[in-house]
Amino acid sequence: MTPTRRRAVGLAVAAAALFATVGAAQQQPASPSTSSRQAPIAPATRPDRSKPPALGPAPQLKLPPIQKRTLTNGLSVWVVEAHKVPLVQVNLLIQAGSGDDPTGKFGVASLTAAMLDEGAGARSALQIADDVEFLGANLATSSSFDASAVRLNVPAARLAAALPIMADVALRPTFPQAELDRVRQERLTSLIQARDDPAQVAPLAFARVVYGAPHRYGTAAMGTAATLKAFTTADLRAFHTAMYQPANATLVVAGDIRADTVLPLLEKQFGGWKATAASTRSPVPAAPQLTARQVTIVDMPGAEQSQVRIGWVGVPRSTPDYFTLQVLNTILGGSFTSRLNQNLREKNQFSYGASSRFDMRLSPGPFFAGAGVQTDKTADALREFFNELTAISKISADELSKAKNYVALGFPSEFETIQDLASHLEEMIVYKLPDDYFERYVANIQAVTADAVQKAVATYIQPGKFAVVVAGDRKAIEAGVRNLNLGPVRVVTIDEVVGS
Amino acid sequence: MSRRLAVLVLFLLTAPIGAQSPPAATAPVPLQVPFRQFQLANGLTVILHQDRTVPIATVNVWYHVGSANEKPGRTGFAHLFEHLMFEGSKNVPEGQFDILLEAAGANNNGSTNNDRTNYVIDLPNNALELALFLESDRMAYLLDAMPPEQVNSQRDVVKNERRQSYENRPYGMADLELDKMMWPANHPYSWPTIGYMEDLTAASHADVQEFFRKYYAPNNASLVIAGDIDLDRTQSLVEKWFNEIPRGQVVEPVAPPAAVLTQVKRQTITDQVSLPRLYLGWLTPRAYAPGDATLDVVSSVLSDGKNSRLYKRLVYDTQIAQDVNAYQSSGALGSSFLIVATARRGHTVEELQKAIDEELDRLRKAAPEAREVQRAINQVEASFYRAMERVGGFGGKADQLNAYDFAGGGPDFFAEDLARYTALSAADVQAAVVRWLPRDRRVELIVQPEDKK
Repeated sequence: MTPTRRRAVGLAVAAAALFATVGAAQQQPASPSTSSRQAPIAPATRPDRSKPPALGPAPQLKLPPIQKRTLTNGLSVWVVEAHKVPLVQVNLLIQAGSGDDPTGKFGVASLTAAMLDEGAGARSALQIADDVEFLGANLATSSSFDASAVRLNVPAARLAAALPIMADVALRPTFPQAELDRVRQERLTSLIQARDDPAQVAPLAFARVVYGAPHRYGTAAMGTAATLKAFTTADLRAFHTAMYQPANATLVVAGDIRADTVLPLLEKQFGGWKATAASTRSPVPAAPQLTARQVTIVDMPGAEQSQVRIGWVGVPRSTPDYFTLQVLNTILGGSFTSRLNQNLREKNQFSYGASSRFDMRLSPGPFFAGAGVQTDKTADALREFFNELTAISKISADELSKAKNYVALGFPSEFETIQDLASHLEEMIVYKLPDDYFERYVANIQAVTADAVQKAVATYIQPGKFAVVVAGDRKAIEAGVRNLNLGPVRVVTIDEVVGS
Repeated sequence: MSRRLAVLVLFLLTAPIGAQSPPAATAPVPLQVPFRQFQLANGLTVILHQDRTVPIATVNVWYHVGSANEKPGRTGFAHLFEHLMFEGSKNVPEGQFDILLEAAGANNNGSTNNDRTNYVIDLPNNALELALFLESDRMAYLLDAMPPEQVNSQRDVVKNERRQSYENRPYGMADLELDKMMWPANHPYSWPTIGYMEDLTAASHADVQEFFRKYYAPNNASLVIAGDIDLDRTQSLVEKWFNEIPRGQVVEPVAPPAAVLTQVKRQTITDQVSLPRLYLGWLTPRAYAPGDATLDVVSSVLSDGKNSRLYKRLVYDTQIAQDVNAYQSSGALGSSFLIVATARRGHTVEELQKAIDEELDRLRKAAPEAREVQRAINQVEASFYRAMERVGGFGGKADQLNAYDFAGGGPDFFAEDLARYTALSAADVQAAVVRWLPRDRRVELIVQPEDKK
């Protein structure tokens, strides 16, 4: 692990790190090159350092056009051309995800997606892996709460060879029993491993406390040990048949290929995909909002840091306050100079980094602030969290302007790679954003007013009602946490919040 | 698979769809990153690269100092110092470095490893001069704004970084133990870049001053600016902001003691984890030396994808392991090759070790199939093209230009680097396993779960 100055801003909501692996080998440089050449000392002319140089006019991002086409079976195709590097990204986006898991079958969307490349058409799991890797391609199958996807990244010249594999994987998975048994054991084991790690336990426990066990957002996308043990190949087939339908899907293409060239290739592989069912999505019901502050300590004996999460039910992606909340969260905990990071890290040094986030989904996802804080400063850190969550009701004009510029001026960097482009198209489709959404993004951020931010704080940041979850060493932290008098304190075992 | 087919594959990767040109051995591989390189009178190496895909630019500085340059009793200092570089300089009051950059829509970061420290600012191209002002001010005038208290604050932040990344992360302490076992006690790779807690406590203000004067001179650094930039104007701006910085002393290269493993070194530690884990480690050729790329391919044959030797045997077929990873960790003074596997419930590290050794034996006795090696090379090749997409951040084009130049190959070493891989044969892979991964000279570290309370 290469130590860095800062952690990535933004905390995983669920057990995103469940599949983390040991870091890949990095190419490191060889022998240091030192100059022994003597040269005269720098010239006398010195630049004016009395103030920072002025910025030039902000550059305009010119987004390539989205070319929208349709295959003969009605499947939508969106193409964005980007010709810098001879690579193509093709994503089949399915508008069904963990939010569509039936009651009692939490985890079926995630497992279905994970099993797509474990046998498809006439291909075995091993053949799929070998063929894809031999082409120098990446083929990933995954799902989130709101959508599932099969994503192919491939050298442009090998696109035609890779698409038939992708089509088999997306449309004709065979869900072999032996592969299900293996993947099930992998997932059960990763749940066991998650319990070793406070950074994974805290978000799982937070979701459970805020949403409760019956609500879909109260359990990780992967589901629980109990649901995983019960899944059959029939469950996966049923979910795939019901939800992986052309009317429910879009092909997103970005990269070094022309729309007219890729269309026949896609028609050949996906044009014969027939609708077999009318898929219906019922939205995840909005969870009831919390009404009183409460504290949950998940005991992890011996932990040298406590992982803290504080928050409640936030907003859906469709919120009219979207741009206001981007700016607000940047000030609170969405950037390095944010209030939370400056307090918890730079001023008090309780943590390597603190942040906050509105996790927006089709239905209201969580808002939370969080950090890993050293065990003996847990109570002090909680006090500072609440100080900042309260003080955010007052924001200066300079802070507002800095935050708006940070979000708006940094926007072009989100469109550099073909994966960036494709994921933004996916976002437009899943959340039904208007065609000019990205063209108007910067203007929409710059239009956020101080008044709107104040109103958003009053509505969405009510620290007196927040859930507080601390995964840490109970015997070292409990007395201090209780002395804060934040509200009723409950001490639980991992089983109680992650177990089922 | 023949070398001729390897050339064909390389050509197809870059040919337009439908092209029917014959595969010529002379077909140019357009894996090129054009650059302009110059050196200021104070010794600062500067490399410029234009990429106008999106209107952003990146400023990437490498100081040729890492934890390998630290002295005993001050481990972790290079990284602690990296943190201090963000806390203000003579003309940039504390806090303003980040505030000015965020207000311009920029992101910045830094990282430290054994061999180097790098700093990255990614920003809209209209803010390029701001980044050059900030970088040059801390290169020239850091010590003018470095009160003794400053060291204390970042010392505690770094201690929390260590707690988060090591003490509190499952298996985190094994990484630290492994370095101690692999390298001789007086070898600079034997201590962790993050540092020992007691050494972080001991770091002083005097250390900061000495370290800056010794290692943070322009002649010990290189600056890459890449993105949507005008080359002439950028060169003028670099000269404007960096020319005044005085040259420093010549930094002598680190002269490490010889590092060889002469026997099996085995140790068991415990951690608060549910599953046992096995680490096998060997000392291997340094970055870019003969054998280094081969061992990357060996790692791929062993653990990349379902069909790789170890993954298929341990995770897919017998399912005695939850995961297995093999990797060559390349350094300027030497490298290590590691195989790491986690046992499933009900299985032991002894089972893992037996299966791993049987698979290594199989590779020692017979070369892998041509397709296994070609599959690995094709993956490496595609990854080189993927790395062409992003100019900034860690591992972007600018960072890689600095890495190659630091390694001595010149900035645009991309095609030559790829050629190290495309030239390899199955016999090379077998020979590397025989030569570099002997069973009787290695480190064996086992992490066992602590007894439950």
